[in-house]
Amino acid sequence: MTNSINEIPNTKVMFVIGSNATEAHPVIGTKMKQALAKGAKLIVADPRRIDLADHSDVWLRLRPGTDIALINGIMNIILANGWEDREFIEERTEGFEKVREAVQKYTPEVVSKVTGVPVENLIEAAKIYATAERAQIFYTLGITEHTCGTDNVMSLANLAMLTGNIGKESSGVNPMRGQNNVQGACDMGALPDVYPGYQKVANPEVQAKFEAAWGVPLDPNPGFMIPDMFEAAVSKDLRALYVLGEDPVITDADANHVRKGLQALDFLVVQEIFLSETAKLADVVLPGASYAEKTGTFSNTERRVQMVNQAIKPIGDAKTDGEIISELATRMGYPFEYQSSEEVMQEIAKLTPQFAGITHERLGTQGLQWPVPHAEHPGTKFLHEGKFTRGKGQFVAIENQLPAELPDEEYPLLLSTGRKLSHYNVFTQHSPSLETHSPEELAEINPSDAKQLGLEDGEQVKVASRRGELKTKIMITERVPVGMVFMTLHYFDSPTNVLTNGAYDKVTKTYEYKVCGVKISKV
Amino acid sequence: MEWLTLTIDGREVSVPKGTTVLDACRMNNIPIPTLCHAPELTSAGACRLCVVQIEGMRNLPPSCVTQATQGMKVETQNPKVRNARKVILELLVANHPLDCMTCQKMGDCSLAEYAYDYGVNGEVYQGEKRNLPIDSGNPFILRDQNKCILCGKCIKACSEIQGKSILDFSHRGFDTQVGPAFNLPYNESDCDFCGSCVSVCPVGALVEKQMVGKGRPWEVSKVQTTCPFCGVGCNFDLNVKDGKVIGVTSNPDAPVNGKALCVKGRFGMDMIYSDNRLTTPLIRKDGVLVPAEWDEALDLIATKLGEIKKTHGPNSIAALSSAHCTNEENYLMQKFMRAVIGTNNIDHCART
Repeated sequence: MTNSINEIPNTKVMFVIGSNATEAHPVIGTKMKQALAKGAKLIVADPRRIDLADHSDVWLRLRPGTDIALINGIMNIILANGWEDREFIEERTEGFEKVREAVQKYTPEVVSKVTGVPVENLIEAAKIYATAERAQIFYTLGITEHTCGTDNVMSLANLAMLTGNIGKESSGVNPMRGQNNVQGACDMGALPDVYPGYQKVANPEVQAKFEAAWGVPLDPNPGFMIPDMFEAAVSKDLRALYVLGEDPVITDADANHVRKGLQALDFLVVQEIFLSETAKLADVVLPGASYAEKTGTFSNTERRVQMVNQAIKPIGDAKTDGEIISELATRMGYPFEYQSSEEVMQEIAKLTPQFAGITHERLGTQGLQWPVPHAEHPGTKFLHEGKFTRGKGQFVAIENQLPAELPDEEYPLLLSTGRKLSHYNVFTQHSPSLETHSPEELAEINPSDAKQLGLEDGEQVKVASRRGELKTKIMITERVPVGMVFMTLHYFDSPTNVLTNGAYDKVTKTYEYKVCGVKISKV
Repeated sequence: MEWLTLTIDGREVSVPKGTTVLDACRMNNIPIPTLCHAPELTSAGACRLCVVQIEGMRNLPPSCVTQATQGMKVETQNPKVRNARKVILELLVANHPLDCMTCQKMGDCSLAEYAYDYGVNGEVYQGEKRNLPIDSGNPFILRDQNKCILCGKCIKACSEIQGKSILDFSHRGFDTQVGPAFNLPYNESDCDFCGSCVSVCPVGALVEKQMVGKGRPWEVSKVQTTCPFCGVGCNFDLNVKDGKVIGVTSNPDAPVNGKALCVKGRFGMDMIYSDNRLTTPLIRKDGVLVPAEWDEALDLIATKLGEIKKTHGPNSIAALSSAHCTNEENYLMQKFMRAVIGTNNIDHCART
């Protein structure tokens, strides 16, 4: 996030697109509601009638996969009414003219036709967002989990720059990161092209710095991204995979393809706290420790690095993941001789400019928001104040694109996936209380589709796509529009990702979890 | 900032303009009992337990809704004030169950604490007791309305913290109750089970169901930590007794969330002790995963990865790191792949 979570209750205008915050980021959702109670305005763009849609001033019920058209349309309206921030565009950005040209054809009428959103709602949304003194955009996977995910994000950046809504308190573009430490795993260089702190592996200076620190020669070529790994396994370019705390068989799109890749490996190691579906395929399974059993740090979606403090000893013979990796490195001839996770953080701080001023002691009970460039720095509440990281903000003209697979005659319904409040990914099924409360998948289907298929509420059905099929109970609800089915990824018994499409964004290789074609039949 | 000087119990203190008399006292370590007040909620001024005497005022005003003014003279402990509070407590205790020895809230109950302080034992007013059913139809919150003192904090928490507003008062007089519409049990209402109501309840009316019978407050140590579920990064206290986590409670100083949590953060910690936890390494032998010693498992991995690296090169090995693990562990994992194996084949579910 470019802004901070506690700026939300005082914000004036929120534009929430592709984010079901009250369920996927519940406490951020409550802060949005606190802002509403103080008179803030809310624009929601979502095909589903999510909880926030009921609290919104304008709900843009767009067709899945038409986000770019929607945003270009809003920009068209802003420009037609002269609501853009000319001073900001002039001083802080470049490339504006190309965007101005590109959005000309996205007239309200055209956009309404493409997105299904009434013209008056488009105008109202544009007016609320552009004429606000300060407005924040919030988005999550409804924006990124498309084959055009990167372009969706750049469109939102265009919109924010057009109105000067960035780089100020309560004014910015805020992707809310999904998992507890997905921000931190990225920050720490658990990515194939960057070392910790997003320092490029292909940069010779960076390479030299890490070679000096680690005392070994390092490879300057970026490695495989996740989808590449399963392809490479099938083609035998990849022989061994070490999976730490992930369950790709359940969580990655086109799960049957993922399973095939894993089965083609010569050697699979899984380090986990539960015997996951992926672990069941492993040659060796190592028991890791849960958050309560170790000390370290997580980085949240607002870049706040916070302490995780050990409360109990690891269960049974389990060990902390850091301990296991260290023992393995040592056995492979490169001793990792860290006495504590604090010592690891000292090494991180030395090599990672954004973390230079972070120690466990400084984090204390309140944490610090990176960048923290030195030991006295108080942390950074919001980014891009006065100037963007790259200097001038770059406008990029973006055209609307279709999802990789849309419903057709054979698979007439559109499947979109996401999370629900009572579970998180796949591991909360191991919580007896959450499991009791919310024991099974309830695929959402519109009453008119249910009627056409002759289905009753709560009925068990078969859902199939080109890639696989599963059984699930259904919930008949107006939350989803006609022609759309919504499922979560939480349940082993209804593993939704056997259905989803493995097509991915060309830059980030993020799967298109949000759109694919399915059919439903009676069991 | 404008500062005001006032005198509390003969002591001169300075506070910023806009401070209530209650906060002025608490900022200066002068104890005032409260039942309906919580710093994160708007003040109701309902329970009247925080009354003080202020020179020039006719009655005893509730300090939580009285603004401090320049030159104000406040008395917080004189006999008149203490007697007024005692009467209120006697009335509250009149219909309150006195089953403190088995009540989950014992040791952390504001009513019990003040009753002890003010010598209230339930003998003055021997009132009628309520006999309402206990709401235990959900796995998270145990609701015993017989213990409810009608302070209204849960109602405000539901509305002001959670933005849900499913709780309110119903009925009148002695029959007054707090609950969801039509007094439905929580699991039949629109409740999200965020548990904010539990976190502000001053008595045993709302308690964490999973913690019942598991430990007394004085036996429990609290360890502040960061939630392992979504990316909001809420902090809370793990409650630990005898080396075991027995529950989660809000930590009001949590930088992101204060007392607010969601159903997963507050109640999902029982996942730690799931029967499905892996407790020993497993090695596949004759097609089946069987328990093994750490040395055997780690040696096998080191040997196999070494062989594959030698035969097929370091880029034939890849790792998925974890968005659930700590920064330090992710750092070690990418260092292991880059420095020990010699490849950049490392990724994680960064984009989901």
